[in-house]
Amino acid sequence: MIETRALGKVYLGSGFARRRTPSGGVALPAGASPQWMSAAGAPRVSGPGAMAQTGGRMSPPRGMDIAALVALDLNIKEGEFFGLLGPNGAGKTTTIGILTTRVRATSGDAWVAGCHVSDNDVELRRRIGVVPQRPNPDRGLNVLENLVFHGAYFGLSTSEATRRAMDLLGKFDIADRVASSVDALSGGQQQRLMIARALLHEPQVLFLDEPTVGLDPQARLALWTILRQLHADGRTIVMTTHYMHEADELCDRLAIIDRGQLLACDTPEKLRAQAPGTTVVEIEVEGDAAAAAARCGAVPGVSSATVSGNSVRALSDRGGEAVPALIRAIEGAGARVTNMNLSSPSLETLFVSLTGRRLD
Amino acid sequence: MSALVGTSKAHSAGRPIATSQIFFAMLRRDMRVARRELPFFLLRTTMQPLMLMVVFGYLLPKLGMMQGNYTTTLLPGVLALSIALSAVQSIALPMVAQFGFSREIEDRLLAPIPVRLVAAELVVAATLQGILAGLVVLPAGRLIMGPIPGLELANIFQVLAVTTIGAAAFSALGLFLGCAIQPQQIGLLFSTIVGPMIFFGCTYYPWAALSKVPVLKYAVLVNPLVYVAEGLRGALTPGVPHMDPLVVTGALVVLLAVFWTMGLRGFMRRAIG
Repeated sequence: MIETRALGKVYLGSGFARRRTPSGGVALPAGASPQWMSAAGAPRVSGPGAMAQTGGRMSPPRGMDIAALVALDLNIKEGEFFGLLGPNGAGKTTTIGILTTRVRATSGDAWVAGCHVSDNDVELRRRIGVVPQRPNPDRGLNVLENLVFHGAYFGLSTSEATRRAMDLLGKFDIADRVASSVDALSGGQQQRLMIARALLHEPQVLFLDEPTVGLDPQARLALWTILRQLHADGRTIVMTTHYMHEADELCDRLAIIDRGQLLACDTPEKLRAQAPGTTVVEIEVEGDAAAAAARCGAVPGVSSATVSGNSVRALSDRGGEAVPALIRAIEGAGARVTNMNLSSPSLETLFVSLTGRRLD
Repeated sequence: MSALVGTSKAHSAGRPIATSQIFFAMLRRDMRVARRELPFFLLRTTMQPLMLMVVFGYLLPKLGMMQGNYTTTLLPGVLALSIALSAVQSIALPMVAQFGFSREIEDRLLAPIPVRLVAAELVVAATLQGILAGLVVLPAGRLIMGPIPGLELANIFQVLAVTTIGAAAFSALGLFLGCAIQPQQIGLLFSTIVGPMIFFGCTYYPWAALSKVPVLKYAVLVNPLVYVAEGLRGALTPGVPHMDPLVVTGALVVLLAVFWTMGLRGFMRRAIG
């Protein structure tokens, strides 16, 4: 349903540095990962040095070329709920932008629903629905008109568009706001209106760019229910998120991307299984925690054991199997176990091991 | 729970959609919004021309500080001004907002239509609003300023032609400005572009009268408003010295082509990253 081959996007800088930078040049953040530079077809490093650090966030200095995407290969099947997971600035929105024809790739190719993103963009747009990162309803129109005019842009008659609109508004629980100004809707309602709009012309593929950012927990759960139902109906869905839990809950398959590169792509279960090590066993102890930790470190299958406050954190390569031995080790050190908690390998631990940093 | 929308097999049956159908749907959208905002639209676009006519066409002649027949020179100029202002504002202000922060244009950019036609539709809608402003200001001017010596309505075709091409040229200019200006610079649009354009646009004086200041006479030729004002003078008040209608038409067509090329380039740059 969706295929990308060596997809790349370089945002050209402007002014002085742009003239000095050979075409295709790319600036790297200081200490960029070797993967970044060795990627197939990765552009040469050029431009004036490191990125500027402003307010704790990395941002490119003026005039610098930035590679948002480096040789991305994806293959998404029909009916799949596919997640693009990565921190802010990973290239998720750029990927969605290219696949929805709003951003021009600077290298590589991509096809969506049988249409090439640049050679057949008009037909491609007919086959997709897009839910933006931030709701962008037409503020000159009321709730119903937003949907009916959207339908008209896709060739639907007013009566057919109105019928579908009322149906969707009912299902998404905003039917009582039909004649409201869109500004009168809450954030969650606006987001549901955006999904209704994206579905009105019955697209083959639905793209959602961080759809739950800024929603309260209740609205987020309501949205998850809608997305699960759409998936159950057989629709192909591509969603970006930087919430691990959300990706884990909803997606059939996940691509973890960072700094414009694909780091891993598989089902959430298989990705979790790739997570290094390890089950984290956290044991609260009464007594000498340091001595207990020293003994825990010697237990077979435990790769490390550290002290934090009055608890010992052990990383077990054998899941819960190490627990009896850990308890014996702690008691052997003259301490007593008061509480214990196990957490299994997670996408979070995988992500940290792949990128060396946390998601958010 | 039943399927939310159809089933995967039913999606997007291959029925072709006529591009013109989508184009007119977008035009209908703009007309719907314009109709809803009509009172504000009229206030925004006709207030300034009406005040000009009250002061220069009614008050000053009444006070004996201006010759009565000045209204003959003033009317086409003020008409040109209102057409130009409303065309530019109808497109530039929404573009600044919609590309800048509200992003509401994105729904239309994702419609199955070539992106340049979205820009063309915006220009057509703004042109219609420019023409509408002219239709309101012309009779209003007659009401405010009283009988206007030398006013002829015989060349109505010429009036409509100049109004339409002029409004289109200013709409295309508005498209360019709207895509080039950042929201925080919107004040600059009026102080550095619209202001000088009004005062050096032959609205208050015929172009021929500038012979006394030759430098200015040729400098103002870069101002598109000059051609609309002079074209309307030639059509509405042919007794007042005015530019050759052929020169006016030629200049407006060239300006339309230049502004459209610049505007489209700016639009495409904002629309596709």
